[in-house]
Amino acid sequence: MAPPPDHRRPIKRVAISDQQRRRELALRVQADRRSDAQNRARQLASSVLSLGPVTEVEPELEQEQEMSDASDQSGGRTELDPVRAASLRGPEVRRWFATQLMLPEWMVDVPPLLDSDWYVFPRPSGKRCFVVSSNGTTVSRLRNGSILHRFPSSLPNGARTKDVSGPSSSYSILDCIFHEADETYYVIDMVCWRGYSLYDCTAEFRFFWLNSKLSETGASDPPSQYHRYRFNVVQIYECNLIGLQAAYLGQVSYVKDGLLFYNKHAHYQAGNTPLALVWKDNVCSQYVLDTDNQGQIPSQQQVVLELQNDGSLTTSDDPPVALGCLSRDMIAQYGLRVGNLVRVEVRDDSVKLVDGKLDLGDLQLVGKPNRSRAFADTYSKVLFQYAARRAPLRIEDLVASIQSNPSVENSQALDIEMEG
Amino acid sequence: MEITQALLAAQSPDGQIRTVAESNLKQFQEQNLPHFLLSLSAELANEQKPPESRRLAGILLKNSLDAKDSFRKEQLTKQWVAVDPAIKSQIKEALLTTLASPVSDARSTSSQVIAKVASIEIPRKEWQDLIGKLLANMTTKETPASLKQATLQSLGYVCEEISPSDLEQDQVNAVLTAVVQGMNQSEHGFEVRLAAVTALYNALDFAQTNFENEMERNYIMKVICETAVSKEPEIRQAAFECLVSIASIYYGLLEPYMQTLFNLTANAIRGDEEQVALQAIEFWSTVCDEEIAIQEECAGSDEGNSVLHFRFVEKALHVLVPVLLETLLKQEEDQDQEDGVWNLSMAGGTCLGLVACTVGDAVVPLVMPFVQANITKSEWRSHEAATFAFGSILEGPSVDKLAPMVHNGLDFLLSAMKDPSSHVRDTTAWTLSRIFEILHSPSSTIIDNSNLPKIMSVLLESIRDVPNVAEKVCGAIYFLAQGYEDAGPSSSVLTPYLGNIIAALLSTADRTDVSSNRLSSSAYETLNEIVRCSSIPENANMIAQLLHEILKRLGQTMEMEIVSSDDKERQSNLQALLCGVIQVIIQTLNGSESLPVILQSADQMMVMFLRVFACHSSTVHEEAMLAIGALAYTTGPEFAKYMPEFFRHLERGLQNFEEYQVCSISVGVVGDICRALDDKVLPYCDGIMSVLLKDLSNAVLHRSVKPPIFSCFGDIALAIGEHFEKYLPYVIPMLQGAAELSAQIECTDEDTEEYVNQLRRGIFEAYSGILQGFKSAKADLMLPYAGHLLQFTEAVFKDKNRDEGVTKAAVAMLGDLADALGPNLKLLFRDCTFHAEFLGECFQSDDDQLRETATWTQGMIRRVLVS
Repeated sequence: MAPPPDHRRPIKRVAISDQQRRRELALRVQADRRSDAQNRARQLASSVLSLGPVTEVEPELEQEQEMSDASDQSGGRTELDPVRAASLRGPEVRRWFATQLMLPEWMVDVPPLLDSDWYVFPRPSGKRCFVVSSNGTTVSRLRNGSILHRFPSSLPNGARTKDVSGPSSSYSILDCIFHEADETYYVIDMVCWRGYSLYDCTAEFRFFWLNSKLSETGASDPPSQYHRYRFNVVQIYECNLIGLQAAYLGQVSYVKDGLLFYNKHAHYQAGNTPLALVWKDNVCSQYVLDTDNQGQIPSQQQVVLELQNDGSLTTSDDPPVALGCLSRDMIAQYGLRVGNLVRVEVRDDSVKLVDGKLDLGDLQLVGKPNRSRAFADTYSKVLFQYAARRAPLRIEDLVASIQSNPSVENSQALDIEMEG
Repeated sequence: MEITQALLAAQSPDGQIRTVAESNLKQFQEQNLPHFLLSLSAELANEQKPPESRRLAGILLKNSLDAKDSFRKEQLTKQWVAVDPAIKSQIKEALLTTLASPVSDARSTSSQVIAKVASIEIPRKEWQDLIGKLLANMTTKETPASLKQATLQSLGYVCEEISPSDLEQDQVNAVLTAVVQGMNQSEHGFEVRLAAVTALYNALDFAQTNFENEMERNYIMKVICETAVSKEPEIRQAAFECLVSIASIYYGLLEPYMQTLFNLTANAIRGDEEQVALQAIEFWSTVCDEEIAIQEECAGSDEGNSVLHFRFVEKALHVLVPVLLETLLKQEEDQDQEDGVWNLSMAGGTCLGLVACTVGDAVVPLVMPFVQANITKSEWRSHEAATFAFGSILEGPSVDKLAPMVHNGLDFLLSAMKDPSSHVRDTTAWTLSRIFEILHSPSSTIIDNSNLPKIMSVLLESIRDVPNVAEKVCGAIYFLAQGYEDAGPSSSVLTPYLGNIIAALLSTADRTDVSSNRLSSSAYETLNEIVRCSSIPENANMIAQLLHEILKRLGQTMEMEIVSSDDKERQSNLQALLCGVIQVIIQTLNGSESLPVILQSADQMMVMFLRVFACHSSTVHEEAMLAIGALAYTTGPEFAKYMPEFFRHLERGLQNFEEYQVCSISVGVVGDICRALDDKVLPYCDGIMSVLLKDLSNAVLHRSVKPPIFSCFGDIALAIGEHFEKYLPYVIPMLQGAAELSAQIECTDEDTEEYVNQLRRGIFEAYSGILQGFKSAKADLMLPYAGHLLQFTEAVFKDKNRDEGVTKAAVAMLGDLADALGPNLKLLFRDCTFHAEFLGECFQSDDDQLRETATWTQGMIRRVLVS
């Protein structure tokens, strides 16, 4: 009997060809692992979580001192450096993490082009933290570097489930606020996604990425066995009148704590930045004025500053701003050392504005701040708090700034709403 | 030396005499090739010599001019070209003279040798009078028929050997004229006409210009159609072979002839002898191939029908389908015993399947009445043909169209698995496997909780049926499981049956009532799919048990009694299948909580794999290699302890350029090992690198292995970092040479295009690995090559044939370059601006990964530019 023509495959020949399939799958797995390995080397990768578990120890004052040294050195660094991080162990990890969040300055003036260059969104009240998912687990770390939760999640590689979507060691980092009341992480920024760094991307791009990528996972689903906490995105608005109104007055599922403003063109930058701003008033926040160690609002403004070796007290800005000084007696009396954080009271009569700069003059030591406190206040915070007690920047000022821009339409809307 | 005696002795039944003669001939060939070739041609031409010595002389001559292996062929070509022209022309004269020999064997051998010489010389614009001399044989009145036959044969073979561009159009015209005249029934006898129509088949590729001319085309088609109804079946068959070839080469010119061709083929399928009918069916299968290809091409472009699509199959559907259905009833009694059997029913079903793929839904109402009318008949031919028809049209029509019928028919098919006829059971099992393969997926409702228990119980019972049916049942289980792959949690639907399925497959693999290893191979391959689909961790224990069972079986293969080469092959096949299962188990458990199962058995597995290697002295077992790659990745740095023993096998695998698949897999395993061991691989790198570099310069090694070798350089560099420095002087020239080569290769076809892309991807991956490996300590070593790298990347960017894999690798490498060399590149990046455009293109891509990589690279380049 004649065989079929060379290229003609009889239809009834059983089609299993598992060997070729195995070969192809093996090649594909190898190719995936190669790109995984190369991506890891592309400094986008896994060391952040492979740092290992950290014992939950409240940072000692001793450590805080080193910590602020570390933050001093970090002046020029703008990007998470996992290679450096990989060599860190234990408490160092916390210290390292503590310097990685982008920290908004407080809004003391309205920036120009607010409506065209900025986003606005209501800040959820809660604990600011990094959430890192990799290798089948998810870890959240507070601003001071200590672990808040370790849990399974539906973030990429965030739980030990069969995830086919990529190498298990690729990691994702989200900038979040943990909102206690509904046990939800509100994602306010995306720093890395599946091993790819978004540091060098504009806020515009990061928010776009955040919105499109997070919804691809089940991270916003209600909690389940492999997904302990829900992740929600925060509604982000263009900072025009409508957006500002929505952010300021709109109903949200969480307790608001002020408004955050992000410059659309700014990259993610560790540490304080004037390209992200926080603003509060009593309508949109319960915490306009800073509280003291007991959670009470003191009658006089209190600030936390860092002691320098010349006795001056400085902010955590880079470079630090000296706001006043402490007498040698006081230093000796409290056994303070260089780098310690101290809580001081601002006294109206000694405050001066020198060349447009605030000088708090002689300061009254109130005590040491909470032990978990890792940083001194920033200059903008001190200034905002100072203004808040006297002549605050009001929502009307923000509206006026937007209205003064001729391109804006519909300028009545907010005013009318605000009457009621 | 007496060449005649030697040639006769070389065919002696006495082995000793034969060996001596062969070595004498070989010695002669090596000492004086021109004289050797001349003697052979003289022997072939000499009518006084015995036919046996002339025949062998011709074969040796042919083997001195051509070889299957392309490297060897190149050598032979060079040798022939170097022979003194005077001797070559004597040889060629002798060959042409032999065409007139009364001995048919000598004529036929000679015409083949002529074609081999022509294949070397005509492309070099030598032997330009060959065609003329051959044609003179045809035009001379008194030429005997035997010479005409041998001449036509020679013309056919020559056309088969050379490419259409090697001949001038007037030569082509003359050849076609001679050949078509040779087909004339009134002038020539059977042998000349058969030789002519066979020669025409080979010359069709050359007839492009003639086919485009309507008059010439009409004439050629008319002659072929007349020949297709000649009185001799061999000639009718050859004429239909021509029509098959024309359907493929000149599809766009067929329209005016389709009515005639339909009648011719339909008559042949219905009533002609099987060999002719098979070619007539093949004609329609080929038309389907063409139309499917056109539809695929159109689907990919927005420009609509850029290629002419005549929808011949659709137009002929109402008459073609009934003709094909008739063939399904012409089964042979023993047709299920052999794999890939080819007869009227099989060719008809295959063609019907292609028709369904071509026209989709339209085929269904034409086939279903036949199915319904025959499937309930008790006579096996009707029942089998109906089932076969149904199974054949499952691919092509829409799911919506097929799903209701499959739903209604499934119960009947399941009960037919108990039909008394094994033919019926065989085709029914095959149809079930087609249903599962094509229509069953997580989103379809063909299989649900209500019918799955019944399906499973039927399959598990029928797997004990006769071997050919059991094999089809394995296929059904394979595709049933595959339908649940990627289903996430619903793959656990199979969990309740898993134990029974695995047990059934293992005992099927053990069956002794078989004549080949096909059943055991199907059983193990199906087991692989079952493992892939079993949801972990709920079935982890079962998979762990399976692993132990497979390891036990692998151990038993070492005890097999090996007497003959067949025994050896059986052992080797079985070991391959078992290693395959182990590999799939490792891959499946890897990355799950059940990983410890693998780690606990790693030592035992490795011992087994090493014993598998030891069983095979020359070749390294491909499947064992694959499994080891998977194991290395899973165990990570722990794998270092196996390296001292494993390394020599790896080295041998890398050196195995004859079996390039083994070599290719071994290269992949080097990558796995690099990622597992990181810098612990360093002690082995000298050995590995020297073999890889040798492989790259090996002209015989299959080219497909070379791109992965470049990627592998990247793996090694990434693993050992700055220690890669010492290989740089060897590797960089290789990479630059390959980059240059990739620009020079002419992409005349898709395969070449794909190869160039693979090559470039490998080059980029190599550079990425090296840049990353050097980044922290030795980045400056790469500075001298940055300019070249950017130029190369730009050239690749501008290549319109660039595929996405290359794009990704290129973009990633650009980022690595910027990352590793930093501010040093500021001027370079500022001067060459293509990267902005390149990244812009990437941001438009639908591929998330590519956009993400491009984002990262953009960041890296931006950092350099603002530095």
